[in-house]
Amino acid sequence: MTTIAGEPVPRHGVRIFAIWLVLTAIAVPLIVLVLGPHLPPPHMTVESVDQRNANIVMTALLVPIALLVLVYFIYSFVFFRETTDAIVDGPPIKGHAGAQLLWIVLTSTIVLALAVWGSYTLIAGAHGAGGGQGPDPAAKPTGYQHALPVQVIGQQWEWTFRYPTYGGIETRDLAIPDHTLVAFHVTSLDVTHSFWAYELGVKADAVPGVDNIAYVNPRHTGLFQIRCAELCGLWHGHMSKKGRVLASSAFQAWIAAAQKKNASIVKYLPKYSRVYYPAPLRRAG
Amino acid sequence: MSRAARALAVAAGVAFGTALIVYYIVSYLTVSPPVVAATGSKPRVHLTLQTVASFGNPPHPDWVSYLARDPHGKWVHSTVLRVPAYSTVDVTIYQFDTATGLRNPFWGQPRGTVGGTINVGGKTLNVLNPDLASHTFAIPDLGVSVPLKGVADNAKNQCSVAPCTLSEAHTTVTFSFKTGKPGKLRWQCFVPCAFGFPLGFGGPMQSIGWMDGYLMVQ
Repeated sequence: MTTIAGEPVPRHGVRIFAIWLVLTAIAVPLIVLVLGPHLPPPHMTVESVDQRNANIVMTALLVPIALLVLVYFIYSFVFFRETTDAIVDGPPIKGHAGAQLLWIVLTSTIVLALAVWGSYTLIAGAHGAGGGQGPDPAAKPTGYQHALPVQVIGQQWEWTFRYPTYGGIETRDLAIPDHTLVAFHVTSLDVTHSFWAYELGVKADAVPGVDNIAYVNPRHTGLFQIRCAELCGLWHGHMSKKGRVLASSAFQAWIAAAQKKNASIVKYLPKYSRVYYPAPLRRAG
Repeated sequence: MSRAARALAVAAGVAFGTALIVYYIVSYLTVSPPVVAATGSKPRVHLTLQTVASFGNPPHPDWVSYLARDPHGKWVHSTVLRVPAYSTVDVTIYQFDTATGLRNPFWGQPRGTVGGTINVGGKTLNVLNPDLASHTFAIPDLGVSVPLKGVADNAKNQCSVAPCTLSEAHTTVTFSFKTGKPGKLRWQCFVPCAFGFPLGFGGPMQSIGWMDGYLMVQ
């Protein structure tokens, strides 16, 4: 207990630190072990697992900071509250070089650590973190040369999909094989859309004239939700459907059926291209 | 200005803003094209539509549009259609507009129709040359997509004011599709046919009652 003008003053700093330490010791393990597995996105692809791990690390690092602010705020609200009408000066505040240095070093370290972790996840782990890397990806996954290309074409207001290695067929449905590296080539025929396959960990802008590439490696079979994540007009909210990750044999059967079903239109489709600049932009009257 | 006067001014501003928002929402929810019911009765009904290059009437005489024929045979400027659930819907579309082609040729193949075909001018087709299409009739939730063949650019007696009559140049497209459970489904044209708007997808392409509508499955 220190004194000011003979009056005993509690060691507020020690109290705040102790409360913060206890809360952090409780909260961080809960974040990592209990909340972490439920943080988005789901674990359908290798990339989405990396994204979720990054979310867990970021949250675990941010919670102590948030707790420090909250504890200080609530402590001040309770203990530094002026209950009388008298307006009096508080105790003088002196600079503390050590505290300032500690604060600068600590916050700089946290920010830099998050930047390093985020960059590592973006480049080495999640290969672009699902946002698409444009036409010339910087973070290519191992074996990217043999990835299955699937073109995602946004148009008002529907998604269609082309499989250039299967005769260039186009379909209304999206299916991909599991345990196979897939390269989504996302583009648009009109305005900007955004191809959001939540469970796959992909949300890549579909921009007319741009081939936006996003890699995924599905870990298991199942359904995933496809939505448009860019407000694109009247029926934007209807640009949703279910995609499927199929076992390899099931995918081969599906693509064969799709080739048969869409055979009559193939001859009219434009040659497969990474982008399209379609006519018409006019209406005859 | 006293505190009471300021509070009153703020309250008046909030009330005015709230009233505007409520007016907008109520207008949006209550003003919509009339519902046009299919003719016939479950399990087989008939819808008759027409597409026109320009509506020819206020408020947007130069907008492209669909019209629907009601059970009394009158053409109604509406795209809100009512059909029964778990039924077959026979559709006839009189297409009075000229061809502009499809932005995505993929839509040149009829989908979701009974038999996977359409009938154009008496001919059964399982694909339409995308360059010959003028509009499409698509109900994505039912997987229905039908390309509509346009009339020739040099056709005589082309229609310019809705409703058009069968004595004017047109193509006739017929097909059938099946409905499922009750619901409110959107339908639209996939051709960027809104002349004068960016990429052809503004105005009538973004407006219920013109090139977009609802299929009320009941």
